[in-house]
Amino acid sequence: MSTFLSSNAELIITLVKIVLLLFIVLTVNAYLTWFERKVVAHIQSRWGPHRVGPHGLLQPLADGVKFLFKEDPTPAGVDKFVFYLAPLLALALAMTSIAIIPFGPDPIHVFGHDVYLGIAPPDLNIGILALFAITALGVYGIALAGWSSNSKYPLLGGLRSSAQMISYELALTMSVVGVLLLAGSFNLRDIINAQAHHPELGILGWNVWPQILGFICFFIAAIAETNRAPFDLPEAESELVAGFHTEYASFKFAMFFIAEYTSMITVSCLCSIMFFGGWLSPFPASWTFTHYVPSVILISFGLWVIWDGIRYETVFGKIILPAAGIAITALGAVFILFPDVNAFIQAPFWLLSKIFIFLFVYVWMRGTLPRFRYDQLMAFGWKLLLPVSIVNVVLTSFAILAKMQWGAK
Amino acid sequence: MTAPLAVFFVLAGLAVIGAINLILQKHPIHSALSLIVVMVALAGLYLLMGAEFVAAVQIIVYGGAIMVLFVLVIMLLNAGIEEHTSISKLAGVPGLLLVAALAGFITATIARSTDVVQAAQQTGDMSSNKGISNMLFRDFVYPFELTSFLILVAIMGAVVLAQREKS
Repeated sequence: MSTFLSSNAELIITLVKIVLLLFIVLTVNAYLTWFERKVVAHIQSRWGPHRVGPHGLLQPLADGVKFLFKEDPTPAGVDKFVFYLAPLLALALAMTSIAIIPFGPDPIHVFGHDVYLGIAPPDLNIGILALFAITALGVYGIALAGWSSNSKYPLLGGLRSSAQMISYELALTMSVVGVLLLAGSFNLRDIINAQAHHPELGILGWNVWPQILGFICFFIAAIAETNRAPFDLPEAESELVAGFHTEYASFKFAMFFIAEYTSMITVSCLCSIMFFGGWLSPFPASWTFTHYVPSVILISFGLWVIWDGIRYETVFGKIILPAAGIAITALGAVFILFPDVNAFIQAPFWLLSKIFIFLFVYVWMRGTLPRFRYDQLMAFGWKLLLPVSIVNVVLTSFAILAKMQWGAK
Repeated sequence: MTAPLAVFFVLAGLAVIGAINLILQKHPIHSALSLIVVMVALAGLYLLMGAEFVAAVQIIVYGGAIMVLFVLVIMLLNAGIEEHTSISKLAGVPGLLLVAALAGFITATIARSTDVVQAAQQTGDMSSNKGISNMLFRDFVYPFELTSFLILVAIMGAVVLAQREKS
């Protein structure tokens, strides 16, 4: 048994990591729906979910149970195989893309093995290319769902989404080239490390400053790629009922839903890694006192949760919220008490904070901006985003060339 | 059997089954899906040989861009189920002969494969992005640019053909 364990250690570690990441991503997805409903509700002066559990925190659980036990009818005349394949494809590809993301620079030592945060090996040369390869296949889930439903609204939604994703993929890929030129590598870890050349600069050393054009193009194109508002034309409810997933019910619909939220997370990861320094701290490296920022945030948030829970009306809330608050506060205290742990969690903490901020921006945009018209969408993608991203590539190339020619050695 | 060899047989089997299924399926969408399976299986084979860049580009270009256009066109035209006609004798006899000849040629090539494989490996460093860039944009830059010119000619031809006649 022990020889089996030691000879297949890499395989077992990877399997455990996959299961863990799946669990984490699915939980985050569930609470992302809660977060989105809450934030959009507050933008629109409503309360959002607040009946199921304290602050509606158990709403995702209730939704999950509902999805599982709803009737799952298959409409007449659908192409059965493709109809079942489409949601599977969408979900599987969205989940695979998150496996490429590295979540921290340093490995943890478990039984003499270096375990890196993130599933892909740290020396994956084609990191960003592999991601684009997976997202390029993501179109099929939506296009095939629209086609196989044998219904006019899904077909129109599927056609729209295919056209939209093909158009915006060009701008998406071109806008990344500047970052790749600066880093000289496709590897996501190298891209982050290339932004750490001047640790005393902190936030000013990130790619977003030299690549501001690239970042704007990338973020807009990525929102269009993930079919989110204001680019959610494939499912424009005032025109197409629910677009490509009109005929899907129950868990097959949930699979599209999870796929969409997972790709939101992937895009947020990519934005923070490529343009916002990934796991680098925004503060200059010499400010060592900023290492206590995670603890301060966690402890103050934990104390707030305890205080909020104690004055909560329901018995359940009175128990659950303070317990969660105590756990969060204890976590913050652990980081202060053990400097080794604190040093290790700095990188994942900053990466996760940046991902969270981008997720918030996603929801914020959905709550604020009206939907594009279809011809506006196409004109915007082809006539503005693509030329601007190409100009960005040319400018970056010339800047790098000039630096090589005349810059300091 | 070692693990890479097992993966090779799985991917190769997928590619062959996908290719056969492509011909046997009656609906254009199903055929297009089989072709996607072939493309992705080929990308897996490239990955197995250590050509990471080629594998990723194979999926992005063929699996992502070209096949999406195929599927989009099939959906737009709303192509229905095809009728399979019986195979013509003229196509059948020379076709079978050609298949036999091709299979024989490939087998013969593989049979004396060691030097072929070595020759393929000596053409350049295909595993690193730097090696590929050096080959494409330095060693073989003229053939590369000529090929892109060829594709441009094909695009122009398509535009000319698709142009409506002036009334």
